[in-house]
Parts: sequence; C-alpha cells; structure tokens
Amino acid sequence: MNESTAARPRALDAVAAASSESRRRAARRAESLFGAVVRTAAFAAILVIVLIFVFVGREALPLLWQDATPGHESETVTWSSLAGPTTYPDRPPRHVWQPVSTVPKYNLAPLVVGTLKTTLVAILFAGPLAVLAAILTSEFAPRWVSQVVKPTIELLAGIPSVVLGFFALMVLATWLQQILGVRYRLNALTAGIGLGIAVIPIIYTVAEDALAAVPRSYREASYALGASRWETAVRIVVPAALPGIFAGLALGFGRAVGETMIVLMASGNAALTTWPLTDSVRTLSATIAAELGEVVFGGPHYRVLFLLGVLLFLFTFAVNLAGELTVRRLRERLGGRA
Amino acid sequence: MSSRIPGRPAGAWKGHAFVALCGAAAAIIVAMLAVILFDVVRSGWAGLGWQFLVSAPSEGMRGGGVGPAIFGTFALVLLMTIAVVPLGVLTAVYLFEYARPDSGFARAVNLAVSNLAGVPSIVFGLFGLGFFVRFVGGGIDRVFHGGELAWGKPSILWAALTLALLTLPVVIVTTGEALRAVPVAAREASFALGATKWQTISRVVLPQSLAGILTGAILAVSRGAGEVAPIMFTGAAYFLPKLPSRLTDQFMELGYHVYVLSTQSPDIEATKPILYSTVLVLLFLTFLLNATAIAIRARFRAALRPQDA
Repeated sequence: MNESTAARPRALDAVAAASSESRRRAARRAESLFGAVVRTAAFAAILVIVLIFVFVGREALPLLWQDATPGHESETVTWSSLAGPTTYPDRPPRHVWQPVSTVPKYNLAPLVVGTLKTTLVAILFAGPLAVLAAILTSEFAPRWVSQVVKPTIELLAGIPSVVLGFFALMVLATWLQQILGVRYRLNALTAGIGLGIAVIPIIYTVAEDALAAVPRSYREASYALGASRWETAVRIVVPAALPGIFAGLALGFGRAVGETMIVLMASGNAALTTWPLTDSVRTLSATIAAELGEVVFGGPHYRVLFLLGVLLFLFTFAVNLAGELTVRRLRERLGGRA
Repeated sequence: MSSRIPGRPAGAWKGHAFVALCGAAAAIIVAMLAVILFDVVRSGWAGLGWQFLVSAPSEGMRGGGVGPAIFGTFALVLLMTIAVVPLGVLTAVYLFEYARPDSGFARAVNLAVSNLAGVPSIVFGLFGLGFFVRFVGGGIDRVFHGGELAWGKPSILWAALTLALLTLPVVIVTTGEALRAVPVAAREASFALGATKWQTISRVVLPQSLAGILTGAILAVSRGAGEVAPIMFTGAAYFLPKLPSRLTDQFMELGYHVYVLSTQSPDIEATKPILYSTVLVLLFLTFLLNATAIAIRARFRAALRPQDA
C-alpha cells in the first residue's frame, strides 16, 4: 500500500506539469514519440528471429546453387554428398564426415546419429528423474521437501553449461569408465548424462507447472470417491497434466539438441555411425563449435557449418513451437490454477 | 494396471512404493548438485586467493591466475546490459501496457520472444559472426575505413551484442512479470488525475517495477556470464597479453577460459588446480548473481501480494 500512496504525488506533479498549453502540446508529442519507440522495440524481437534465420541461412545458401568448379567436381557439396554414403573403389560405401582431407567429405549422417544418441541418453536419464521429482513436490511432499528441491532446481538451472561440460569431462567420465570398464572415457553416454543434468530444470519446471494447473476440484472429486492420495495423483492428476509433461520432455529435448559446450567437451568428438552408446560421437552443435574457428571464410566447409546451424535452428524452432502451443492449450483447457 | 480402484489395504504398499520412487528421484537430483558443488569447492578452494583473482595466466596456463578473464567477463556483461535492458524493458512495456493481448502483433511478439529463448546458443554464435562481424562490422569497414580491417573482426562489442540478443527474453519476461504486479488501481489513480499514458508509465508504473527490472537485468547477466558458445567466434580470445581497452579489442572470458583450460592443455594434471579454481570463481559469480536476483524478486513479490487481492 505504501508504494501506491508514494506514487500519487508524482502523478499530481504530472498533472501540474501538463497544465499550461505549450507544455500540453509537448506532452502530446512525447506521448506519440514514446508509443512509436515502444512499438519499434517490440518489433525488434520479431526482427531478431527473422534476422537469425536470414543471416545464418545467407551464409549457407550459396551451397545450393553453386556450380561444380571444373576439375574440382569431387569437392563440390551436393544434396547427395550431404545425405548419401561416400563410395570407395576398394571398400564398401560408408557415411563419412571428414571435412579436412584431400577430398573433403561432408556427410551429415554421423553428426545426426551422434546428436540423436546423446540427446536420447539425456532424455532417458533426465526425464524420469525430473517428472517424478515434479510429482513429488506438487502432490506428496511436505513443505520442507519442496523447500529443498525447488532451490536445488534453480541452482542447477544456474550452472553454466561449460561447468557441466567440465564436470562431465573431468569427473563423470572417469567414474563411468571405472564402473563400466569402457575403452574410451569420452562417449555418448558421458555426454548424454552431462546433458541430462542440464535439461532436468526445464523438464521439472514445465511438468510442475502442468501438475499445478490441474484444478483442485479434480482432486477433491477423486478423494470424495474414496481414492487415496497416490491413486489420485497417478490416475487423475498425472493423466490430466500429461500433455504438459510431454511438452516439458519436448522442450528438454529441444534444449539438449542445441546444447553445445557439454557435448563438445565430453562426447569425444569422433564422427562415428555405430550403435554402442559407449563409442565416441560428434554432434551437430559440437561440430560447428569445433570447426568454425579453422575454416576458410566463404569456403564450402564454412557454408556447410552454417547449414548445420540452419538445421539446428529449424529443428529447435519446431520443437519449441509445438511444446509452447501444447502448454498454452493445456492451460486454457484446465482453466488456470483453480 | 487394472481400472478398478483397489481397496485401501491392497493398494497401500503400491502408494508407499510410488511415493518412495518419487522421493528417490528428487534425492538423486539434490545429490547430483551436492556432488558437483562438493567436487568443485574441494579441489578449487586451495588455489583461490587475491593473487589468483588479479594476476594473468603464466607458464603456459599452468600458473598465474584469471585476472584478465574476470575483467573481460565484467566488461562483456556490462556492455551487454547496456544493450539489453533498454530494449527488453521497452518491449515488455509494449506487451503489457500498450498492446491489447489478443492483437495479432502482440501475439507475434510473444511467440517470437518464447522462440528466441529456445534458439540454441551456438546458433547465436553463428548469427553473431554472420551478422555483426561480417555484415555490420564488414559494412562499417567498407564504408568508413576504405575496406581496412577495424570493425569487421571478432571483438568485445560484437560478442556483447550477440549475448544481448540471447538474454533478451530473460529481461522481457522478468520485466513483464514486474509490470503485471503493479496494481491496476495505481494506473487508474494516475489517469484520473489527468496524467497521460507516457506520464503514468514513466512516473508511476516503471518506478514501482524497478525491483523487477533489476531482477531481470541480474538474471540476464548471470546467464550471459556463463555462455561460451555465442562468444567463441565473435570476440573471446584464448590468451591476450593485455586487457581490452577499445570496443574493437578481443577479450578473455571466464567460461571460455574454463573450456580452453580443460580441453587445450597439453598437461591436464598440471593445469588441474588452476582449472578447478577457475570453475569455482565462475560458479561463485553466477550463484551470487542468481541468489541476489531471487532475493530481490521474493521481496517485491511479497511487497505487492496484499494488493492483488
């Protein structure tokens, strides 16, 4: 209450200031100017998204319409060389990412496989932990438990990803190697668990919001029918909040696909297309980070790296949009926090 | 699971087991944070000291401190704050004070903001290189410097602007929350006294949401101070003998320094003590910023709550 009474004299000042005619005209001019400034600023937010797409795309686009330089046909990047396997005279065809070589090979398959492997591990690791913890704090936990779990999540969210990458590289990798006895310290599993720690806060927050948005009347109706607390949680609240929980998983997945420092530091960065999770992998994001510093500006390698950026942008854009719309629709359907 | 709701005695153990499972998940999350913090503090504490915080790296990154990286980080986030806070606050003012929430433009801005928050940080790095360094910087050089290289290269200015765009959603969302917390009655009182919209916003609404704006700025700084991918190609340097003094200089940064120390060192065992201490400094900095932001937000939420009812 203090703050609004303190504000009143200021508003009175404003009236006094606007009393004389010339001042009133100046105030009107300031009014329309400020409206224009505010609108421009808001437009900038849309502009930034468009600019990101245009300028990352602009550096990648020349790939699509360039002609093969005579005598250098094998170095030209085409759709088939991005997607199809490299053929060898003496070996079976393979999918190869080998940008620095006499004949550079820009096949995206190893990078896509690497990205999928690390993000899959991340979601399988983080998803159950985050969702179960969200159910605990929203449905069962006494106050003191929530007062431990929620700040923990906020602190986890505040850890810079380079620190999680450092932890995965220096500590987690050694532990996993000792436990599993694998050959390479840095692999999809190590990077995936590091990534998982990074996405736990997102999944938890979105899932918790969804659970909290389920109206109290749902729970009360369930109790009235004689269901216990956990039956209500498992059969009523969680199903009602399920779209929101999936949205949380999707948003976590989107974040994991785009996350760079953790996979750059802990995945081993070998572009392999093998099944085992304990093999090294190279992801889309880590490839950009590792190679952009050493490419020739405007060369095919430079352009392919920007193409990877376009792919990451489009993919995360689609995932985020889907997640965002799901959360919004769910909130409308449940009618907010009743 | 059968659709029949089981009787209390038969179902009780399932309920206990499920709650225990949820509790175990939460306990694992808390334990992970504890292990990370314990490991970093235990191994990094010994190397900390005044000398470490101010001196430059030496002996091929095996000795010395992180002085230039701390300076670079502060300079970077200061420039970033100058760019992002006005833009973010004005956008939030548009969304919450000017636009009708159901207008197409306001919806588009909201959607753009939430999508901007999801763009991967490495894509911001590519954008910073393609737009700020090559297009804007290169353009300035072509027009004003006859093609001589001055602005068209990675620098602290371009890195700060790239980070400003990355942290824009944080400022918009937090400021918006603060604006919403200002009671409608305060605005109506101001209008009733004859004040215009701009006068109401600048003298009633914004002063009351100052704590929220501050929170947004601090959260943005905390986020910006920890991001490495966007600045790798737009201005951060591996090692520099002197501190940045102009906008076109490159700079050293704490997060990037952690990356360099942990992946580029020829002798990781010798670098380890320095590395841990650097991580501890970075973690301490970001936690301090986050804790401050949370404390301020809790206070202004508590101050405004009774008026909402």
